[in-house]
Amino acid sequence: MSDELDFLSRHVVRGRLSRRDFLGRAAALGVSATFANSLLASAARAQGPVKGGTLKAGMQGGESTNSLDPASFLSQVPFNFGKCWGEYLCRLNRDGSIQNLIAEEIGASDDATTWTMKIKQGVEFHNGKTLTAEDVAATLERHTNEESKSGALGIMKGITGIKASGNEVIVELAEADADFPYLMADYHLIIQPNGGKDNPAEGVSAGPYKVVVNEPGVRYVGEKFANYWGGDAMGHADTVEIVVINDATARTSALQGGQVHMINRVEPKIVSLVERVAGVTIQNVAGRGFYPFNMFCDTPPFDNNDLRMALKLAMNREELLDKILFGYGSVGNDFPINEAYPLFPEGIEQRTFDPEAAAAAYKKSGHSGSIVLRTSDVAFPGAVDAAQLYQQSCAQAGITIEIKREPGDGYWSEVWNKQPFSLSYWGGRSTQNQFYSTALLSTADWNDTRWKRPEFDKMLLTARAELDEDKRKAIYRDMAIMLRDEGGVIVPFFNEFIDATTDKVGGYEKHPAAELMDGYALAECWVAA
Amino acid sequence: MKLIAQRIALGVLLLLAVSVLIFAGTEILPGDVAASILGQAATPQALANLREELGLNDPAIVRYFNWLGGVLTGDLGTALTTRQDIATTLMPRLWNTLFLAFWTAAVAVPLAVILGLLAVRYRSGPIDKAISGFALASTSLPEFFIGYLLILFFAVKLQWFPSISTVYDGMPFWQKIQAIVLPGTALLLVVLAHMMRMTRAAILNVMQSAYIETAELKGLSQFDIIRKHAFPNAIAPIVNVVMLNLAFLVVGVVVVEVIFVYPGMGQYLVDHVAKRDVPVVQAVGLIFAAVYISLNIVADIAAILANPRLRHPR
Repeated sequence: MSDELDFLSRHVVRGRLSRRDFLGRAAALGVSATFANSLLASAARAQGPVKGGTLKAGMQGGESTNSLDPASFLSQVPFNFGKCWGEYLCRLNRDGSIQNLIAEEIGASDDATTWTMKIKQGVEFHNGKTLTAEDVAATLERHTNEESKSGALGIMKGITGIKASGNEVIVELAEADADFPYLMADYHLIIQPNGGKDNPAEGVSAGPYKVVVNEPGVRYVGEKFANYWGGDAMGHADTVEIVVINDATARTSALQGGQVHMINRVEPKIVSLVERVAGVTIQNVAGRGFYPFNMFCDTPPFDNNDLRMALKLAMNREELLDKILFGYGSVGNDFPINEAYPLFPEGIEQRTFDPEAAAAAYKKSGHSGSIVLRTSDVAFPGAVDAAQLYQQSCAQAGITIEIKREPGDGYWSEVWNKQPFSLSYWGGRSTQNQFYSTALLSTADWNDTRWKRPEFDKMLLTARAELDEDKRKAIYRDMAIMLRDEGGVIVPFFNEFIDATTDKVGGYEKHPAAELMDGYALAECWVAA
Repeated sequence: MKLIAQRIALGVLLLLAVSVLIFAGTEILPGDVAASILGQAATPQALANLREELGLNDPAIVRYFNWLGGVLTGDLGTALTTRQDIATTLMPRLWNTLFLAFWTAAVAVPLAVILGLLAVRYRSGPIDKAISGFALASTSLPEFFIGYLLILFFAVKLQWFPSISTVYDGMPFWQKIQAIVLPGTALLLVVLAHMMRMTRAAILNVMQSAYIETAELKGLSQFDIIRKHAFPNAIAPIVNVVMLNLAFLVVGVVVVEVIFVYPGMGQYLVDHVAKRDVPVVQAVGLIFAAVYISLNIVADIAAILANPRLRHPR
């Protein structure tokens, strides 16, 4: 049967059989439409990229206040469009490794404090100038400067010196960091002529597409850049277009009506409906973002680890995943890392809902009375419901939770990172080191669980400087177990990125780093025949 | 003529008063502009520099006149968020809004008046009831619901029109028209009932007058009576309600803009309010006020011209 399907799907790709006929015959062979569609997609990929045409995406996350200045990138549309026109030093592969782009080689000194990047020669900017090591150095300088207000400032803090020499850029770090290449893959670090110091928002870099239309909050168009250095690897369509569609219903209907070929952010509750639309494929991939319940480890009553453990054991993670994310996610294990990260520590025992053990731990903690949990609609979609479900499962363990619903306005300034027990969200970082440094180092501004353990900090710094991956993985494992058993964060689940594509899109391959193939969907997919 | 000149002068004065209100309103908002630009990364030195740069240290009255002077010379200032010139980013949005409003009105106004006349001609009969019933039902449904229904049937199922109405410079005229059919229809259904019912009520009011009875006794046909005698005397209230609805079409369509992804002024304003981009909010506020005031002046002038007693004051 599968031979026959393969045969048929190749026929479709060559245009000898219409898609509708194919689906009909596939159905006759007893194959579901979803599976048949995915067969078609893989046949199209085997056939190789198709050149030409216009690829259109409808996306949430664009405002009329957006700018093309990469330092200001925050929401999804600038992020995705940036991957079309911008060129980076390197990027993340699907397996968590690094692929070099403008940086031909990235090498460290033995102590991992001095990094040397060899810059590819003969790369041309959209304005005709040749990309030099000076441009790269200027770009890094601009994002290191406080005044640029760059979104990458946090990760650039450790850089103490940048200099260009010949075709190399040499970066000095204050402390050893084996993950330096991952920092350079940050989506803000688009290489611009003279680092964008002259005109940060002009939208000129060396990516596969030139910016031709820039209407913030409305629409962006990129046109194939004839002198793109990367050859055929990317930039298959002649034109790529992003239409900003912030309304979820409008986004879905634009996809259904064929006005756009791909969309981001399909809401979990409508995925099962969208799946049934002919020709539409749901592309969901496990991401690194999660929705934590944060406890302050230094504030009573949460300074008592028995109480923290009771609250962890009293959470029914499967139920929350099922009812809040409709299953589009994976259960958490009370440390903020999942298998989407490189060097993920496998095999740590999964924490499960255990009301008896929770009740015992609660009794041992000696706490009595109700515990206030703060939540709000803005914490994450469904955060109020999640708090209520949690209240119910805690009640089964004899723990009384009092839910305080806070107004959305001011939640991030008055509640999160201020109140001792609240709901929040975290987007992922590209490495474990980056995440731990942002959220769990004693001195981190965003240490939203007040987790202050000198031994944990020491492990983190050791891992950061360790160039041997096995040794680092072992340290990360110890850190994860420590957090799981003593930390202040309860992780109910990790969420998924849910995109949808029509059968006009060829070459879509899921990427765990971010939505729409880490933003490269428009540049790497093609218009299928 | 004197009356008309008076109305226009009053309108200009009113606009000035509104500009004071807008300026004062944004002035008493908590926090200052410099702090909202810099956000969490604000250091005292950076704040001081930026205040100096933006001229925030001058007294409010000086800043008001600087701003007003800029506005009068067509300089609306620079957006804080994008650092782009406000006039150049705002103008295309304004044109889009006016484009949609114009074509919606071009269909809605004649349609509403004709339906109103028909309803009067066949008053209390099935036609009148059907027209009123339909118009009231469509106006009672929230516009986002109408919008989604239109998308479901005409964009997704029948695929006659696009569901997203993103228009842009250089788009062929017919494509633009095709793109705004669905949002235009949604807006039409929202504003139709108000104008239609007002037309009907105003003409019916006139129909009670003695001279209509005379016309009937003269043996004129119902249509002639309505067209020649009743309608001209009912124009003033009709024009008023038409102008109110036109104003709504310009300033109140943010929901429809979001649903159909139409790049008009509403979404532009909302985005900038969310980011506290004060100069943009001021500029948009002023334009909205100007639209409202000028449409009302037009309504007044039309009423004056339609009324012989006002046209030839003794």
